[in-house]
Amino acid sequence: MSSLANLRLAMLAAALLAANAIPAVLAPAMAGETHQRFDYGTPATPEQIKGWDIDARAEDGKGLPPGKGDVNHGAEIFADQCSSCHGMFGEGEGRYPKLAGGTGTLTADRPEPTVGSYWPFAVTLWDYINRAMPFPTPRTLSADDVYALTAYVLNLNNIVPADFVADKESLPKVKMPNHDSFTWQDPRPDTAMKPCMTKCVDPSTLKVVSTAEGKDLTPRTSGPLDNMQPK
Amino acid sequence: MLKMAGVAAGAAMLDSTGARADDAAPPAENEWSQSIGAGVVDQPYGKPSPEQAGVIRRNVPWLTAGTESSISFSPLQSLHGIITPNSLFFERYHAGRPDVEVDKHRLMIHGLVDRPLILTMKDIMRFPSTSRIHFIECPANGGMEWRGAQLNSLQFTHGMVSCAEWTGVKLSTLLEEVGLKKDAKWILVEGADGAHMARSLPLDKCLDDCLLVYAQNGEALRPEQGYPLRLVVPGWEGNVSVKWLRRIKVGDKPWYTREETSKYTDLMPDGKSRGFTWLIDAKSVITFPCPEMPLSGPGLYEIRGLAWTGTGKIKEVHVSTDGGANWRQAELKEPVLSKALTRFTIPWRWDGKPAFLESRAIDETGFVQPTLAALRKVRGTNSVYHNNSIQTWQVKPDGSVYDVQLG
Repeated sequence: MSSLANLRLAMLAAALLAANAIPAVLAPAMAGETHQRFDYGTPATPEQIKGWDIDARAEDGKGLPPGKGDVNHGAEIFADQCSSCHGMFGEGEGRYPKLAGGTGTLTADRPEPTVGSYWPFAVTLWDYINRAMPFPTPRTLSADDVYALTAYVLNLNNIVPADFVADKESLPKVKMPNHDSFTWQDPRPDTAMKPCMTKCVDPSTLKVVSTAEGKDLTPRTSGPLDNMQPK
Repeated sequence: MLKMAGVAAGAAMLDSTGARADDAAPPAENEWSQSIGAGVVDQPYGKPSPEQAGVIRRNVPWLTAGTESSISFSPLQSLHGIITPNSLFFERYHAGRPDVEVDKHRLMIHGLVDRPLILTMKDIMRFPSTSRIHFIECPANGGMEWRGAQLNSLQFTHGMVSCAEWTGVKLSTLLEEVGLKKDAKWILVEGADGAHMARSLPLDKCLDDCLLVYAQNGEALRPEQGYPLRLVVPGWEGNVSVKWLRRIKVGDKPWYTREETSKYTDLMPDGKSRGFTWLIDAKSVITFPCPEMPLSGPGLYEIRGLAWTGTGKIKEVHVSTDGGANWRQAELKEPVLSKALTRFTIPWRWDGKPAFLESRAIDETGFVQPTLAALRKVRGTNSVYHNNSIQTWQVKPDGSVYDVQLG
């Protein structure tokens, strides 16, 4: 309980003792119902909640709205509103995210985590497009359009067939290829160094195996590095 | 009357010992000592000296596609305390910085609660207030160094951490106010920015020490830091401290949003991934000397640095000047606060020879900040996040300092 609420309870108790007018048996009920709350703000109405309650929960799709969309319609919207950053086939333009491909690369020297190779849940794709995309104009797509785009990106990754229709029933059932590779319990600490203080390593064996010197990757900053060129 | 400043300024004079005269040393008088300065409210909102113009946040342009979904770094090389000035606190946006109008901002709390509520900022500021000092670190801090030393700069290797005094309302106060239903176990926090940045948080942490914050270092939050309202989740990766907070939904399971599946998960060498790795483990770095702040010649120096951990307080910091062969205990500077940046110092007489400077933090649980080699052995080089390894600075005989990794 907050300290202010405690203070209020104490004041109420003092007032009750002083007045000695209210039967003691009523005091706990009053304290519980009236004096533990601040009562600031206004109740959220169902209409207000509906407007902002945009999340779709990945595991079971709870929160997905009515509506549906297919791969072909998704391809049209994607070409119009998404491909300038993500590439027509989800290959990614410049440093914008690659959405498709990368299968089998997660143990490679340079992994390519994409929706197909990495994402554990299909519903997350719906939720993310709906809340954050298109990047310059978020929250402007209809639910049907978001379903269609989700179907298209899943199809680009060969996760659903070309005739797939995404809706609140079908999306939670889509099994993502990398779903089982995630653990959701933090296993750290996963190192157990001992705080050795003297002669911990032989200094003669130490050598620089990597240096930032001369790599020309450091943007201009303060101090003597000011002569570096911006990247 | 002859002004000494004029004499000194005109001369690259030799003094009686043959050394070059110092233009600024006594008996010289400077212009500002012989004139009247600007009056009060000349700068109604104060600014640093123009000479400090290089002390700014910076970004690494090759890191991200644009600046709207990107990060900037605090100039740790030029800072001197545990508090990061508001103008220099690192920035992380997912859809740019929204310029929220306070009168139009609302916080909605709903889901598994008895009384769904909408609060204005005036409402929120009426609740009992709390102030605490905590760091926030992006878990990608140091993420560019997993494979090798890339950035010759303290600002870019470690500048995704900052620390401030936060003032606001305990999240537990608001959750008590709306009344949690008995199956409530998780909350979703969501921003009002264009990304509607959303993360799941376990209820235990929310009731433990999370704050809904409207002020930073004594003034209203800056737009860059979530004005008018942000969450602060002490000791956990910065991404969960959602800015421009507009919605809290209480549920019984996590949501697995994009930012906790596609991003902010750690890919291991065997292709498995770790999710919900929220904790920031013990970490430290020497802030002087550093690549931006080299040594000016042999002699006695105070090595300075910062240490922090999400588990609580820093217990000890050790410093090595020989690449980890021998270590000495540094002095921790008060205040040593839980989940806050902690300053450490140690004197060092530099003989002008090559040196490798390292610092190593130990937290209250006894956890020892690992070497990069130890981390790589477990996590490989592709996990991006949570690189809390020991940093090595190479000091060359000319006093210059480089970001290196030792083998």
